[in-house]
Amino acid sequence: MNMAQNKEAWGSRLGVIMAVAGSAVGLGNFLRFPGLAAQYGGGAFMIAYAISFLIIGLPIGWAEWAMGRYAGSLGYNSAPGAFASIVRRPWAKYAGIIGVIIPVVIYMYYVVIEAWCIGYAVNFWTGQMHLQDAKQTVDLFTNFTGAGADASAMSFQFDRALPWLLGVFVFNFWLIYRGLSGGIEKMCNIAMPLLIVLALVVLARVMTLGAPDATKPHDNVSNGLGYMWNPSKVMVTKITPGPDDKPREVVGSAAILEAEKEVAASSGSLVLKTISPWSQLLNPSLWLAAAGQIFFSLSVGFGVIIVYASYMKKDDDVVLSGLTASSANEFCEVALGGLITIPAAVAFLGVAGIAGQAGVGLGFKVLPLVFSKMPAGAFFGGAFFFMLFLAAITSSISMLQPGIAFIEECLGVGRKVSVSILGLLTSFGTAFVLYFSADLKALDTLDFWVGTFLIFMLATIQIIMFGWVWGMGKGMSELERGASIKVPAIFRPIIKWVCPAFLLSIFALWLLKEIFGFDIATAQFGEVSGYVTDLFGAKSKLAAQLSVALAIGIFVFFALISSRSKSYRRAEQGLPKN
Amino acid sequence: MTTTGLLVMLLSVGTVTILFAWCIYKVLTTPNETEKVHGVEFMTPDMNEPD
Repeated sequence: MNMAQNKEAWGSRLGVIMAVAGSAVGLGNFLRFPGLAAQYGGGAFMIAYAISFLIIGLPIGWAEWAMGRYAGSLGYNSAPGAFASIVRRPWAKYAGIIGVIIPVVIYMYYVVIEAWCIGYAVNFWTGQMHLQDAKQTVDLFTNFTGAGADASAMSFQFDRALPWLLGVFVFNFWLIYRGLSGGIEKMCNIAMPLLIVLALVVLARVMTLGAPDATKPHDNVSNGLGYMWNPSKVMVTKITPGPDDKPREVVGSAAILEAEKEVAASSGSLVLKTISPWSQLLNPSLWLAAAGQIFFSLSVGFGVIIVYASYMKKDDDVVLSGLTASSANEFCEVALGGLITIPAAVAFLGVAGIAGQAGVGLGFKVLPLVFSKMPAGAFFGGAFFFMLFLAAITSSISMLQPGIAFIEECLGVGRKVSVSILGLLTSFGTAFVLYFSADLKALDTLDFWVGTFLIFMLATIQIIMFGWVWGMGKGMSELERGASIKVPAIFRPIIKWVCPAFLLSIFALWLLKEIFGFDIATAQFGEVSGYVTDLFGAKSKLAAQLSVALAIGIFVFFALISSRSKSYRRAEQGLPKN
Repeated sequence: MTTTGLLVMLLSVGTVTILFAWCIYKVLTTPNETEKVHGVEFMTPDMNEPD
């Protein structure tokens, strides 16, 4: 049986690139990136983003490709197996379990969001979306997702998440059961080009929108692009702002002229400020946002690349493959995501209508209204949400393979059994997320502690393991074996010194800000994060506590079965699995 | 949109598009790398299991 497991491999080089790119291209490319870039000003954000790509994204990605392919040459396909074979200490396999927990737990809530995408797409295409205002859009979202009350989405109606969730859940497991080449690779080879075509179709529609409402000439595509990409930001602020007063951004020469008149007529209570890209670059929050976006967007520290790379042959190129997969992700994020969502939203809702929106809020509380107002919006809205569904499903199937590989390796079972075990585990977790839907508490809690905190941890462990435990000599020679292109020499010090230092700094900053409530702008500590108070004390919430208990329970279960694994004992001695 | 905004957009979009196109070109034109089919190795483990 083990020999049969080792036979699993990719069908082609382009296939593995498509699969890794598919794993990386997700909802964040189209929803999170544009919101962040617009918030911080395109120019400054892109500088921090490009630097983060070069010193975090690419190095960690390459390290994962190299470590995965090395482990695969010894017959290990899971992160615990890879870690144990590289570090050769018993604790390494437990650190590797983080690389199984992350994709498995993220799958439990990501598949729920995937169900929203396909549900919204079909509802658009069947003409069910007739949204008139923001309230209707938010109400639709609340009902569809069950955000209003626990278990309220668990009803078999097509304007609720449940039927769509059942469909996509089964489809994911059908694909994963078909195997690496017959399921994941085939799906990605179809879905990725289709995703790009759909994105280009929606992009063509958005770019030709102009100013859709003649009574609001400032709300147009050009100003949408300006809001996204202008390096300097022009803000109207109060001289003595109250606690609820926030600066208002104005975009476009006509809007700025109007704002100047407003300021002149305000008797000195308002002021027009221009924030340069250079002052933005001095803001640590911008660096945190840009590095975080690169990090999560490329799926580094996710536990997926290391598993996918383990199915390659030991002389297969990983340098060009890794760069290609990353560049595919960047193309989808910057060239497609960066031109679609924000310009479309500004054209219909104005800058004020979307200020501060990113991620799920932008995607499901703003854009459905935008497409409802758009000419031929039923078609283009359906195309947009189906594109999001494709981006999501190519990511969600990638989240299952690490769990499958781990169970097969640990328990010495075949695909049918591993798929059954993982299916049981994830169906429980997904039902949990759907049940505790009030304020999306379970989803949000798991996304914070597993989908953010643990990813930081795993990426830090991986880059230190590559550069310091494995050592640069062995690591780089492994990376460069069979390479189609040379890794520039500058990446040696980057991987050894710059990347870990930058990553640790960003991680520390994130911990201070997101856990301990440190305000970067004022350099003062505020209230401890809600994610912490949700777990302890008077403000604790059952859904949040159970979510963390679920993740810990899965970790303990995985640790128990891996502690008895003969495969990992061989890995710890540097021996091949068979 | 300001002129500098347009430049930032063109530079950003152009860079990622050129990088992506170059990578795909390299993958498809590198000798012995295009569609490196791995023989019969796309079998899944359950194919060897009794029903």
